[in-house]
Amino acid sequence: MHARADAADTVPNWPDDIFATLQRFDVRQVPYVPDAGHSKLIQRVLDSSTMRGIPLTTEEEGVALLAGAWAGGQRGVLLMQSSGVGNCINMLSLIPILRFPFLTLVTMRGEWGEFNPWQVPMGSTTQGVFELSGVQVLRASSAAEVPAVLEAAASQAYNALTPTAVLLSQRLIGAKVFTK
Amino acid sequence: MSKANLLDRRQVVSTLLANRKDVVAIGGLGASTNDMCAAGDHARNFYLWGGMGGAAMIGLGLALAQPKLPVLVITGDGEMLMGLGSLATIGLQKPSNLSIAVLDNEAYGETGGQTSHTSAAADLVGVARACGIKDSQSISTMAEVEAFAKAVHDVSAGPRFANVKIDSANLERILPTRDGTYILNRIRADLGFQPI
Repeated sequence: MHARADAADTVPNWPDDIFATLQRFDVRQVPYVPDAGHSKLIQRVLDSSTMRGIPLTTEEEGVALLAGAWAGGQRGVLLMQSSGVGNCINMLSLIPILRFPFLTLVTMRGEWGEFNPWQVPMGSTTQGVFELSGVQVLRASSAAEVPAVLEAAASQAYNALTPTAVLLSQRLIGAKVFTK
Repeated sequence: MSKANLLDRRQVVSTLLANRKDVVAIGGLGASTNDMCAAGDHARNFYLWGGMGGAAMIGLGLALAQPKLPVLVITGDGEMLMGLGSLATIGLQKPSNLSIAVLDNEAYGETGGQTSHTSAAADLVGVARACGIKDSQSISTMAEVEAFAKAVHDVSAGPRFANVKIDSANLERILPTRDGTYILNRIRADLGFQPI
């Protein structure tokens, strides 16, 4: 069984803030590889009549999908967890070459009270991988800062074609706890 | 290297695109993108020079954004093998306007002709069908290529997948533009979208 330490007993509201921002920016395609931290947002997307949630088998598919979506006139956002960022590396080369709006929201593992050492190597290099690949990184560490960070990220990604990743920290999401 | 009874890749691609009308065509990294250029440059040609394994997913994003437009991915066996999972993703979304044609020469032609998995074991048609793309077929005649080219225009009956066995002859390279921003924005402009 999995639970989250530090997470509020009630369902968090910050995913609703993210959803509202994405809706306001007319985001239409939402490719994702599931993560517990994204579960509420994914459900909002799947229940939405204007957004299409698209489950992927691996995260790099989402980068290519967003290029095609933009060619067809639609904006998208890629949802994944930090371990998926490494899967994307070569496909991230499409972003500067094609210059399409790229926004990804990444739930972090491998930091802030992590229990599973296997998450730490990729979690520790997530920000570096993005920056080496030309993707600017913003971070939200508390629910209170989520709306402003999302607003800034979506603005620069969609209005200025600045490839942007928002890291949703494990402190925000709550570290995953493994109980017997 | 050529075997008898295998199709000529340039003839296959020029037949796929001969009466293309409003088709948007995506050419996978490698000889496929050159074949598309050899058939005639076009504002709706999405030439890929990188992002190996991404052609089918670019097709999916475009097909979902423009559900009334026929979208045709033309790629090679090696490029498709690198993105096999995308067939599962497409099988789940079932975009009825998306068609995928794999030019299967059973080899990595761009890197010296090393044999690919389709030469002895991997069955791409079987994979596509097992991923939920019911209309999946193996093509070995030009008549079948012509029928597939017609079917591409039916945007209500896809997704469809064809694996076309082609000979492995190395042909003269016909190189399309390498400017990705130009390629993408030319497609967007042709579809009526303004620059940001």
